[in-house]
Amino acid sequence: MAHIRLPEGIPGILGPMAFSPETAKPLNALAEVLLRGPNTLTPADREMIATYVSSQNDCYFCQHAHGAVAAYRLGGNEKLVNEVKLNFESAEISDKLKALLAIAGKVQKGGKQVTAEDVSRARQHGASDKEIHDTVLIAAAFCMYNRYVDGLSTWAPDDPGLYRENGKRLAVEGYVHSTDRLLANVQK
Amino acid sequence: MAHIQLPAGLPGIRGPMVFSPETTKPLCDLVQVLLTGPHTLTPAEREMIATYVSSQNDCVYCQSCHGSTAAQHLGGSDADYALIAQIKQNYQATPISAKMKALLAIAGKVQQGGKYVTAKDVEQARQQGATDEEIHDTVLIAAAFCMFNRYVDGLATWQPRDPEIYREIGKQTSQLGYVGRDYKKPLQAIAAKQDRVEV
Repeated sequence: MAHIRLPEGIPGILGPMAFSPETAKPLNALAEVLLRGPNTLTPADREMIATYVSSQNDCYFCQHAHGAVAAYRLGGNEKLVNEVKLNFESAEISDKLKALLAIAGKVQKGGKQVTAEDVSRARQHGASDKEIHDTVLIAAAFCMYNRYVDGLSTWAPDDPGLYRENGKRLAVEGYVHSTDRLLANVQK
Repeated sequence: MAHIQLPAGLPGIRGPMVFSPETTKPLCDLVQVLLTGPHTLTPAEREMIATYVSSQNDCVYCQSCHGSTAAQHLGGSDADYALIAQIKQNYQATPISAKMKALLAIAGKVQQGGKYVTAKDVEQARQQGATDEEIHDTVLIAAAFCMFNRYVDGLATWQPRDPEIYREIGKQTSQLGYVGRDYKKPLQAIAAKQDRVEV
């Protein structure tokens, strides 16, 4: 049971978002620009960073929700997403993404854990200042979303089909539109 | 030195904010709705939660800015600044309300990780009169500062130690809020120091 009274039957972060539309708005706007805005990192790369951090924070809902978006973006490659969560260093992803995931993993532990060596490794593999900035902020933002979802003890369904469907919806419609539409239905 | 090339002379989050305006907008909108009114928790109380979490995350810039803003909301006296320092050290021993103590306990759990918050923590806050909105907002303020603190420290931003700088920031923020401000504008306390160095 959630720690506060949330609208019933809505999973994960959507419950608190329905409860508090005035904070949902900037939270969705932030996810939209971080994960879908114009960027040299692909949406799949950015969703993998979000998924990895959520997995390190042990947030069931977020790692499955964003893992499903990443997999959809990768043509349904759920295996790769799982490999990234388990051991990204041995996954079939670029060296640049591995170096960025290493930075994201440090941010998850705490901002001060990121070292000049971590940043230098990313730069050696071609990461730009903007890509390093965005990686740090995506990782930091998921340390927020994960705590919001788990700190209120929200309901996380365990049906993979539901996350798959949700992943497609988020990839196609985006965070702002699909959430607006979903929450409009809830309130009615 | 910061991990990426940030605009010079801007402390803490201001460097990355100016570096990345497209992410700054939702970040400012979020902190505005979380920390400024209207709410049943006062702006001072909300800033105290932000300050406490930032202190637990050992983020010098955020705890100093938000601590100063909290103190300014309380009136800005030395006693107000001393209260904020005590809250960071040991809030249980301060004269803040029992409800605030229970909310800070929840915030402290969120700082460690969302799953640390127990039904008992929430029950204690409720017994002291906290509403669902107040519990929700406490969790989200604490979570948001786990983001802001990591953003500021994860890029190794410049975080000066001079209390005058934070006094100026606290005064500005308590009056102007977070949205629609020019964060590129140099702080007087920093400009004054730099003049002295150059002379």
